[in-house]
Amino acid sequence: MSKKGYFGEFGGRFIPETLEYPLRELQEAYFKYSQQKDFKDELNFYLREYAGRPTPLYFAKNLSKKLGLRIYLKREDLLHTGAHKINNALGQALLAVRMRKERIIAETGAGQHGVATATVASLFGKKCDIYMGKVDIERQKMNVFRMQLLGAQVLKVEGGSQTLKDACNEALRDWVTNVRNTYYLLGSVVGPHPYPLMVRNFQAVIGREAKQQILKREKKLPDYLLACVGGGSNSLGLFHPFFKDREVRFIGVEARGKGFLSQHACSLIKGRVGILHGSKSYVLQDRFGQIEQAHSVAAGLDYPGVGPEHAFYKKIKRAEYVAVSDKEALLGFKMLSETEGIIPALEPAHALFYLRKLAKLAKKNSIVIVCLSGRGDKDLEIVQKVSS
Amino acid sequence: MGKIREKFEELRNKGKKAFIPYLTFGFPTLKDFEALLYVLDSAGSDFIEIGFPFSDPIADGPIIQISSQTALDRGVNFLKLFSFFKRVKRNINTPLILMSYYNPIYDMGLDNFFKKAHPLLEGLIIPDLLPEEGEDFLKKAKTYNIDTVFFISPTTQEERFSLIERASSGFIYYISVTGVTGPRKSLPSSILSHLKKVRKKTSSPVCLGFGISNRVQARKFKKYFDGIIVGSVLIKKIIETYHRKNFLKEFKEFVLWLNS
Repeated sequence: MSKKGYFGEFGGRFIPETLEYPLRELQEAYFKYSQQKDFKDELNFYLREYAGRPTPLYFAKNLSKKLGLRIYLKREDLLHTGAHKINNALGQALLAVRMRKERIIAETGAGQHGVATATVASLFGKKCDIYMGKVDIERQKMNVFRMQLLGAQVLKVEGGSQTLKDACNEALRDWVTNVRNTYYLLGSVVGPHPYPLMVRNFQAVIGREAKQQILKREKKLPDYLLACVGGGSNSLGLFHPFFKDREVRFIGVEARGKGFLSQHACSLIKGRVGILHGSKSYVLQDRFGQIEQAHSVAAGLDYPGVGPEHAFYKKIKRAEYVAVSDKEALLGFKMLSETEGIIPALEPAHALFYLRKLAKLAKKNSIVIVCLSGRGDKDLEIVQKVSS
Repeated sequence: MGKIREKFEELRNKGKKAFIPYLTFGFPTLKDFEALLYVLDSAGSDFIEIGFPFSDPIADGPIIQISSQTALDRGVNFLKLFSFFKRVKRNINTPLILMSYYNPIYDMGLDNFFKKAHPLLEGLIIPDLLPEEGEDFLKKAKTYNIDTVFFISPTTQEERFSLIERASSGFIYYISVTGVTGPRKSLPSSILSHLKKVRKKTSSPVCLGFGISNRVQARKFKKYFDGIIVGSVLIKKIIETYHRKNFLKEFKEFVLWLNS
């Protein structure tokens, strides 16, 4: 990370002038407070007592036997609110409190980040507005209801593809308008500096814990880390603490949706370098530089961009990126439910399916940690609909 | 000196302020856009700002969003923009300033873009590019002698004024409000006190944009700024009157009234 907020050539701040100062203010606040002991203590307290950390690193015995790998699941699905998103939401909410912002806004796709944000807003007594695309509101009704129960207002976004990308646009427009009293709690490792860095650092607790846990259990580092990549926060949270351990291979799984010839969300595999939502990274775009609509059965992966640090990992070949389709993800969803009694969210179901492919490529009994980033409750209706 | 700055010198000598209307390229249709452009060219415009439509215009409010989406749905792109202006440039006397988000330009490649742009466009406004991120862009703009316009907003701190001025070879675009484009009934009174600070640190022309919706505002702010930019209110007018037979005539009258 360079001073200007770049990972190699990726990242930066491509934003309207009005956000220059608020971003600088945020950056300064983040660097100042996140180093202070009382901030760290308070965050650790909430992560432990409120969110339920540390999460188990569960050895998936049945699945391991079935596939001939040693598979460990990092159980972020067991966290309060049902996904890893709460790690970041708590961290940023503590910042918002210190920055004396009275209102918190966020974008959400699957609704997990919206729920996490509404939760922390309720916990710390902040007014909360969540932007969500119309398509996502329809396919994630329960999460909309959860946010409302938590006292947040869910604002329907009808522009563009009516999914996460457009929710992001609308949240940025809100922030440009209400910069003085509003904290924008971005949910992934995307957006202008310092968000990609800050969100990754708040999520890195996943990888730090996993490292300790695997060393205790296996007395050695894992061979593979496997996680789904939409914007990329759960994957970077798992990967980053292992960055210097070159023998640990990172695999990021993007959503191939309906296929490469149709609609997908594989920004890293199929996109070109471009600028979306304030940073330079891989972007799905047409040949004239207009942003294309992404598609995935998993709303949380349905995004035509990806965090700049992933672009950097791709460039330096630190991570490998693969693609899993909607149909395959549903098989992954069923596989984990049936073999381990754990119903995953559709997002990590992409990574789970890839285990089947990895089993054919990797040495027998390789140690694999999969980030089980969220639980499947929110997706039951979709799976029911698609399966019938 | 670029053509935009030359024009400001000329206006200053005459004691005049710049009137800068905005149109979205290809809206409502390419043909109507051409007609609207000629109307502006003949209605006392000092510069014309052309908005290039982008799929994700984060600095724009609903009116410009709709016009952009409509134009995109009709298939506009940079190839069409350049071939259009190649054809009509000779019919237009007013200097043209292109407003485009950065991605389409970046994706085209800066060299390729500037090669095509420099005979056709006098200035460039990139609403999601800060001077800090614009090093390559500014170099090319200088090489190809296209003027650049950067922003000062109500949240801009004084320490960045001179950086912004250095990057702005055309003029400085002063954003009236924290917010996106779109007409506002009233504009904050803090504009003038903030402008005073800007004037203290800079000597380039400063034009006011975002939110101007009527003649009273236009008149008031022309007194203090070197020019005013009107966009959404014109697009709104086009949307409201497009179905009428004499909509071009009405548009011209509206523009003349705004600038009177």
